[in-house]
Amino acid sequence: MTHLSVDICGLKLKNPTMLASGVFDETGKSMLEVAKAGAGAIVTKSIGKEPRPGHPNPSIVELESGLLNAMGLPNPGIGAYASEIKEAKLGGVPIVGSVFGGTEEEIADLAHAMAEAGADAVELNLSCPHAKGYGTEIGSTPERVESICRQSKKRASVPIFAKLTPNTSSIADLALAAERGGADAVVAINTLKGMAISPEAKMPILANKVGGLSGPAIRPVGVRCVYEIYEAVKIPIVGVGGVSSGRDALEYIMAGARGVQIGTALWTEGSEVFNKVCREILGFMEENGYETIMDMVGVAHSGRH
Amino acid sequence: MVWVPGIDEFPMSLSYSGDAFGITYQIIGEGTKALASKKVGDKVGIRGPYGKGFAIHGRRLLLVAGGAGMAPLAPLAEDAVAHKCSVDFVIGARTARELLFETRTAESGARIHISTDDGSKGFKGLATDLARTVVSKAQFECLYACGPERMVVGLLSIATEKGLPMQASLERIMKCGIGVCDSCAVDGKHVCRDGPVFKEVELRKFAELGKTKLDLCGRKTPV
Repeated sequence: MTHLSVDICGLKLKNPTMLASGVFDETGKSMLEVAKAGAGAIVTKSIGKEPRPGHPNPSIVELESGLLNAMGLPNPGIGAYASEIKEAKLGGVPIVGSVFGGTEEEIADLAHAMAEAGADAVELNLSCPHAKGYGTEIGSTPERVESICRQSKKRASVPIFAKLTPNTSSIADLALAAERGGADAVVAINTLKGMAISPEAKMPILANKVGGLSGPAIRPVGVRCVYEIYEAVKIPIVGVGGVSSGRDALEYIMAGARGVQIGTALWTEGSEVFNKVCREILGFMEENGYETIMDMVGVAHSGRH
Repeated sequence: MVWVPGIDEFPMSLSYSGDAFGITYQIIGEGTKALASKKVGDKVGIRGPYGKGFAIHGRRLLLVAGGAGMAPLAPLAEDAVAHKCSVDFVIGARTARELLFETRTAESGARIHISTDDGSKGFKGLATDLARTVVSKAQFECLYACGPERMVVGLLSIATEKGLPMQASLERIMKCGIGVCDSCAVDGKHVCRDGPVFKEVELRKFAELGKTKLDLCGRKTPV
């Protein structure tokens, strides 16, 4: 019997789609809507220790093939966010709490607090490309990735996912470092660092000047990254970047991902995208004789069927 | 969304539509202050339009505007009269000086009812109270509201009592404007994309209406 359920580090997902961090997830009720819409799991907004307003507007630029954003990690702080997690959990799907911080200790504290707040797993944001002192700035060397994962793993009672940046020469080295540090899974990729300029205004449109590019434009980059990571590590991989159809998800799965996160497609398709992607994956599996998602994970690697 | 380059980008609704479009704003921060200093020929950035606006429902309409909430209702009144609707328009402001588009709306053919908090013109008190009187004297098919949220809440209870359909425009902090960032969330809906105009059935479901709104950090704060 063909089915979509999949196990990622003990998290039982009814299907491999997850809401990506940063979209529809500042409030518990919005996450609840996404759960109702069919997502297999939900990743929260990236949460820090203190309330943070993020960057001033403009914080988003709409492009032909995606979005460029520099929200700048706005969040109410972990203290206030615990009640949002509680509300999101009413949706009955696993909640992955995303956290960001400036030091190993801060991130580990947040990972602990997220688990205490009820998150079923913690995603370490080691990859936001537009917030000074956070994300990519601390997550682009294997040494830091390893030590952050190690300390977070010690403090959190739930699985640790390391979300990695593609803005590096070797994402596989970062994934290996995360695995050495004890991460239970890696998530790839975060947005690609980019800029858009208004010729009339003669200046970058984003108030922060640089932002992160997401959406269909980055899918080939994400699929390539997952493919490289799959050859390097043994821990599960979650793919993210430009997924809006079943075929897009299958690219990531065949490259080596057990799950796929969806974010920017909610802009173009709304939260119905989760059901659509699932329906299309299931149709492909039935047509091609696959019974489980795991039957397809990594099959694009010759000799690793 | 209106971008004042180098300063800010913020949501605005249209106060004039047709051959030329226009916006009307109150100077409340750096962005609107910078907008006010623009000269003829200066440029601002625009993206949109986004979300759902007011729609004409029935032939006998009651519009209630509070303060700058007049901006999107003025073109609705003109449009409704042009579509042969009968329009009663309650225009509320703190003082007579702050009344917006009074002449414009009267010229459009709507029946005007003025309220000011300080009584410097028309009914002394809240627009909601004046609207209650107007509603009791005539039959309406739809109630439209834009203004302070406590006014919207008050009008919603009038609409509920009378079994009157209602459309109200809500205001929240908007960052992306395209329904992804969640900064304008109200009970899982996004004011920028699902709204800003909501119907009475949706408004009644909002537990946060009139109670909490998100600040820039996404913290729930009192309305």
